[in-house]
Amino acid sequence: MSTTVFVPRDSAALAVGADEVAAAIAAAAATGGHHVRVVRNGSRGMLWLEPLVEVATAQGRIAYGPVSVADVPGLFAAGFLRGADHELRQGPTESIPYFARQTRLTFARVGVTDPLCLESYQAHGGLGGLRRALDLEPAAIVEQVVQSGLRGRGGAGFPAGIKWRTVLGAAASPKYIACNADEGDSGTFSDRMVLEGDPYLLLEGMAIAGLAVGATEGWIYLRSEYPDARTVLTAAIQRARAAGWIGPDVLGSGRSFEVHVRIGAGSYVCGEETAMLESLEGRRGMVRPKPPLPALQGLWGGPTVVNNVMTLAAVPWILQHGGEAYAAHGSGRSRGTLPFQLAGNVRHGGLVEVPFGITLRELLHEFGGGTASGRPIRAVQVGGPLGAYLPASRFDLPLDYEAFAAGGGMIGHGGIVVFDDTVDMARMARYAMEFCAIESCGKCTPCRIGSTRGVEVIDRIVAGRERAANERLLRDLCATMADASLCAMGGLTSMPVLSALEHFPEDFVRNGQACTPTR
Amino acid sequence: MHESRSQAVPVDPAAERAAIEAAIEQCRDLRGATLPMLHAIQDRLGYVPAAAVDAIAAACNLSRADVHGVLTFYHDFRTAPPGRHVLKVCRAEACQAMGCERLERHLADRCGIAMRGTTADGALTVEPVYCLGNCALSPSVLLDGRLHGRVTPERLDALLAAAEARA
Ligand SMILES: Cc1cc2nc3c(=O)[nH]c(=O)nc-3n(C[C@H](O)[C@H](O)[C@H](O)COP(=O)(O)O)c2cc1C
Ligand code: SF4
Ligand code: FES
Repeated sequence: MSTTVFVPRDSAALAVGADEVAAAIAAAAATGGHHVRVVRNGSRGMLWLEPLVEVATAQGRIAYGPVSVADVPGLFAAGFLRGADHELRQGPTESIPYFARQTRLTFARVGVTDPLCLESYQAHGGLGGLRRALDLEPAAIVEQVVQSGLRGRGGAGFPAGIKWRTVLGAAASPKYIACNADEGDSGTFSDRMVLEGDPYLLLEGMAIAGLAVGATEGWIYLRSEYPDARTVLTAAIQRARAAGWIGPDVLGSGRSFEVHVRIGAGSYVCGEETAMLESLEGRRGMVRPKPPLPALQGLWGGPTVVNNVMTLAAVPWILQHGGEAYAAHGSGRSRGTLPFQLAGNVRHGGLVEVPFGITLRELLHEFGGGTASGRPIRAVQVGGPLGAYLPASRFDLPLDYEAFAAGGGMIGHGGIVVFDDTVDMARMARYAMEFCAIESCGKCTPCRIGSTRGVEVIDRIVAGRERAANERLLRDLCATMADASLCAMGGLTSMPVLSALEHFPEDFVRNGQACTPTR
Repeated sequence: MHESRSQAVPVDPAAERAAIEAAIEQCRDLRGATLPMLHAIQDRLGYVPAAAVDAIAAACNLSRADVHGVLTFYHDFRTAPPGRHVLKVCRAEACQAMGCERLERHLADRCGIAMRGTTADGALTVEPVYCLGNCALSPSVLLDGRLHGRVTPERLDALLAAAEARA
């Protein structure tokens, strides 16, 4: 009888040697005369345990990790193919507390299946949402998404159902579904994990969106920094089309939905939806003024749903189980679950899908286990490079869009970057300005020029030159950038800068006096 | 777009022409083909030669300024050949939290190159990148298109040595 062993192909696992471990397991099995079938699954999201090898046993899947090539002979000798004890044994995968405490709706299949296997996708509930959508009128599909309370997961949190309703109601055609897979925020990788670990889920979500608004073309804008995701996604589109899941005759319904992929070229601002549309059309990623809304005049001028990967990937579950079931999770006006991502200097980094309303403290300590360095956590940045830096005194804020914003934070795409007490927050503020200067599309002067001036002003403050005057100048500059920028690149750079100054003024002092907090 | 500071890597005009033609042919029927064409050329050559701008402009019925504008907007594109190996070092926040500056310093000390530099022997080009989506296993680098996580200076040396041995 052959034993199934799972070794992830997620790029985080590959980055710490998963291919080599898979090869070593296959070789050791052949040498030892064991019948082993190695399945390359997605990642379970417990990334500090990668490569996390699982063995299918009569007691379920047993996890071992982090496994290196050097551990492989010992694992065989210990009898890991039977799930036997070993120092790397983590127990049944789904009983590991980090995993067991999650509510995996979007990530239900990620790490469980071979991402490209059409049969496993269906065997684990895939296509249920699309089949249901095919039985519904477009307006009824939109209604399910409205009822679910699903909000955009790309950053701004705009209700997805309302956006879809606008596109459904638009008279012009053709219409488009544009998937934002630019995932530029540091500290985020949930889009990548779905693209690599369950790509059919995204395609299913896009096809449902197409049915809902009357679009027959989907375009995915994938960043060039994700070569592995590109490989898996391209293969998935080919296979799904060959199987008739997408293409000219979606599941035999007579409706058509084609999916195209375009690759970015290393520009952060191309994640902004109108810059993304420009880039999809092959041009410079210059932000477009709104109106017109992309929902009315988007890709190639047609009405367009622009949604993040996570937004679209939540849709199959919503159609399959109903909008109300999704809305039953969450807190306040933030319904459903969010796949948070624990990153940076954190002991147990990884993906944590839980309902909105959890606190930072729970995520950082109960899931994250504190810092990787073992030192105290000093600051976290939530919501990417345009998100605020928060000190420990803000860790009890509940993570729901409104409550978190009221406390000075921004959930964004759910990335949480942890820093220990060796961080220099003046340096992080300077970097935020520098990043804005590098990535500005150049349309607005405060963003394009102000960011470079911001770097210089911070340098002067830190050097202790005319500290009070320069601090005033920095605040003025931030206010101008916030007021006079067309998009959030220039508009929100003040968030990391001023929050660093606010919460960590002592770091802006090298010689001379500390800056004064505003509140 | 970035110009390499090194003259270490020679160019081959015939190969350039062939790559440009093939790339244009491959993308000709795409809508909004400019960006895909630039990618297709860089995928083949490792950079986008000056001659590509005219060729794309002619093929897409655009002005040279339009194509040049696209080429210069995006950080990915190079206009001169890179070294035999390209190392992209993540500089974004999560990798900073795990000390990615150590890698930059190490490269400066060991190979004498700063970001966007190419070693004198044409072996290695180093470029910055802003997040590789591997932020739970920082610091991260992409070496010749392969992702590596939890990279220490020692591990980086081993990776670079292995890449040179393969080349
Ligand atoms: C500078 C900037 C970068 C952005 N980057 C991304 C990104 O990488 N991915 C994303 O989905 N949204 C990004 N956004 C948000 C998009 O503009 C847009 O709100 C989103 O794609 C809409 O989809 P959603 O409603 O499903 O979130 C960015 C916005 C700005 C201003
Ligand atoms: S704020 Fe900056 S990135 Fe946004 S449109 Fe203006 S110049 Fe471009
Ligand atoms: S910040 Fe370096 S990989 Fe994301």
